[in-house]
Amino acid sequence: MDDLQQFKQTFFQECEELLGDLEGHLMALQHGEGDSNTLNAVFRAIHSIKGGAGAFGFDRLVAFAHIFETVLDLMRDGRLQPEPDSVALVLHCADILSDLVRAAQSDSELPLQHEEEGRKALIALAATIGVNADPHAADDELAALDAELAAQAASVAPPEPAAEPEAPKAALLKYLVKFAPRDALYQRANEPLILIRELRQLGGFLAKADASTIPPLDQLKPEAAYIRWEFEIETDRGEQAIWDVFEFVTDDCDLEVTCLNPPAQAAAAPAAVTPAAAPAATPAIETPKPAAAANPAPKSPPVAAPMQQQAAPQQAVPQAAGAAGAGPAGAGAAGGEAAKAVRSIRVDLDRVDKLVNMVGELVITHAMIAQQTEHLHADQHPELANGLAELSHHIRDLQESVMAMRAQPVKSVFARLPRLVRELATLTNKKIRLEMSGENTEIDKTVIEQLGDPLTHMIRNSADHGIESPEDRMAAGKPAEGLIHVSADQRGGRIVIEISDDGRGINREKVMKKAIEKKLVSADAVLSNEEIDNLIFLPGFSTADQVSNISGRGVGMDVVRQNIQALGGRVHIQSRPGHGSSFILTLPLTLAVLDGMVLKVGVQSYILPLANIVESLRPEGDQINVVANASQLLRIRGEYVPLVYLHRIFKVPGGIDDPTKALVIIVEMEDGSKMGLVVDEIIGQQQVVIKSLEENFDPIRGVGAATILGNGRVSLILDVAGIKYIAEHETHRPAAIALQGGKAQPGIALAAS
Amino acid sequence: MTKRVLTVDDSKTMLQMLQFALKQGGYEVIQGENGQEGLDLLDKHDVDVIISDINMPVMDGITFIKELRKQPKNKAIPVLILTTESSQAKKAEGRAAGATGWIVKPFDPAKLLEVIRKVSP
Repeated sequence: MDDLQQFKQTFFQECEELLGDLEGHLMALQHGEGDSNTLNAVFRAIHSIKGGAGAFGFDRLVAFAHIFETVLDLMRDGRLQPEPDSVALVLHCADILSDLVRAAQSDSELPLQHEEEGRKALIALAATIGVNADPHAADDELAALDAELAAQAASVAPPEPAAEPEAPKAALLKYLVKFAPRDALYQRANEPLILIRELRQLGGFLAKADASTIPPLDQLKPEAAYIRWEFEIETDRGEQAIWDVFEFVTDDCDLEVTCLNPPAQAAAAPAAVTPAAAPAATPAIETPKPAAAANPAPKSPPVAAPMQQQAAPQQAVPQAAGAAGAGPAGAGAAGGEAAKAVRSIRVDLDRVDKLVNMVGELVITHAMIAQQTEHLHADQHPELANGLAELSHHIRDLQESVMAMRAQPVKSVFARLPRLVRELATLTNKKIRLEMSGENTEIDKTVIEQLGDPLTHMIRNSADHGIESPEDRMAAGKPAEGLIHVSADQRGGRIVIEISDDGRGINREKVMKKAIEKKLVSADAVLSNEEIDNLIFLPGFSTADQVSNISGRGVGMDVVRQNIQALGGRVHIQSRPGHGSSFILTLPLTLAVLDGMVLKVGVQSYILPLANIVESLRPEGDQINVVANASQLLRIRGEYVPLVYLHRIFKVPGGIDDPTKALVIIVEMEDGSKMGLVVDEIIGQQQVVIKSLEENFDPIRGVGAATILGNGRVSLILDVAGIKYIAEHETHRPAAIALQGGKAQPGIALAAS
Repeated sequence: MTKRVLTVDDSKTMLQMLQFALKQGGYEVIQGENGQEGLDLLDKHDVDVIISDINMPVMDGITFIKELRKQPKNKAIPVLILTTESSQAKKAEGRAAGATGWIVKPFDPAKLLEVIRKVSP
């Protein structure tokens, strides 16, 4: 990656952070909680984006940010009041800005009118207090910027020191420069010596210092300016080049520049002296007596700062060109790497993943060694045993640290939500407030990246179906403004994200009717309220009478659930009619390791994710009921759970067929339904490193991934949803029956008794 | 002796670009993200040039310059302010605080080195 690309990447990463923070501040403003600090922070964010955008030539971004910034500046100065209308405009413009950033990032062009309306509104707002935010003046600035950028794009890479600007070849003219520093010049750490050296670079040069104003030592103020200079310069760079040298000090000195031979008279002069010859030796200028400078009026030698000033002309005259050239650029060959105040570094994700992988291998190797040495008595080899125990400890720590490197706060996903909610509120003519908490909760980067879509969809659902219109809310005795609360929290080894609204809740009657209509449940099925609510996650389910242009974008909640499941997560909904609903999403902290239970089935061993396991038991004979179609149900505390024989599913020879002699592991599905897996025995709980099969195999139903056990053998990690599917399709049971395993249904219970 | 430049900016992009340009010029670079960090770094390190942004959280560039100029050991260190505006108001504000000169963003790396040479021999 070349440097420019790398800077761009940093810039966009930074924009992402800035826009995220911006959302937070804007929300505060919107709720009237903003103070001057909030406005300052907003201003800074826009300002930083503008600054960076300028460096990369994102002109549209710069132009828009400039006007935006002007208005924000007026607001933080208190000249514009942050009234609801203007705050709304700021919010809108922040959205436009983030669109422009994204367009720049993806190298795409937005239609020109995209920011036009916002731009005009900003200009109009500034105009209300008589400020012209329209940067017609800044157009020149932009044009200049363009030219500069073009030059810059070419010059970012080459390491050569500053090339001498190609000055237009003007006539060789002689100037008289009178320079009298004031005290302020020194107070701002400017240094006449440097200016004089620079002047000398312009061409033929003669310096005279007037030190007559230096007082006797006892009256000398070390920080005052006493010496004044006169220079005669013969240069072909023009008068501007001389002024440029004094760019930083023009206000801190008396400066006069006069041309001694203006072009009209000097027309013949250039012919006489060739420009090339002029700078090297200074033949055209009569060399004065250097003593004039070296011989200050007072006898007592000046001290400290004045000493240096006095020395300046002396050095300047005799030293040949080269001093300046061998300056910092020359000294830099060594390159300074020391003392950097860096608190974070950016590391390529591939490297982290490689590290994660290697730690995974280490875990496996350790398990292998541990297994090999199992038969050795710990008291005979105490050091080995201790060493292994310690190693295990360290590996665990190492693994956690490495996993933490992949973790990122959910903030980056949450940051997009305020805008989404604003847009949804506008689209649906509802009033919706968004609250967020736990933004700093960290999850694996991959999970974060995949979380955006499902989260967006759930929020759309809440805004569209959950929150009522202001009128309906008032009628129901609720505040007109609806509330969506999004929170993230780490509980145990999982992350829980909750999206709650205070809307109308799920209309169970309607859901049930729809589900029966779509043959997702049988007409006589009796479902618990929770089961009804979670029907909305079934494929092909949609409650909207008409597909609205918000929720109905061709994906239903089933896709949301699929996405979440693909991340090793679960999602379900809780609803209280009239009071609102909550989507509850649980996700693993990492995708690289998994806490699993090692099961033995015949000659095979499998890993079952711990997250799926509810309990395990060895059933009594009278707990098993055989239904008409020969499937077995396990009765446990009044519930009926279908039994699934793993060895039959995977056709493993030697599995135990009698559940009273085997073990039944009750597992829970994402939809809350349960299933009893019949296995031979449980070998133990183990943390396993997930090895994806996808690279080498097509998806295998019932198997999520693989891992390597301590004995070096490959073991498959089970996917319970897939197993359920196989079980259902093998026994030709209608989906509806298996769906609600949670509670007994009349139809099944009858058959069972 | 390698010269050391303290760069202070709340934008990581800017810090990174400054570092790149300065290293090309053979300078050693230390970085702070706001004025306060800048002051802390000045307590610990000797620097030859300071480049500072104006708008920063915690402590802005103007306060930073005023504060650093209060200490005798920092009086003679050239301070360049970074500004996107070429507006006189910003420059004047910086100069009033004690800034030596300014760099207009976006800057060309070569130009940056040129400006530094203008304030630091």
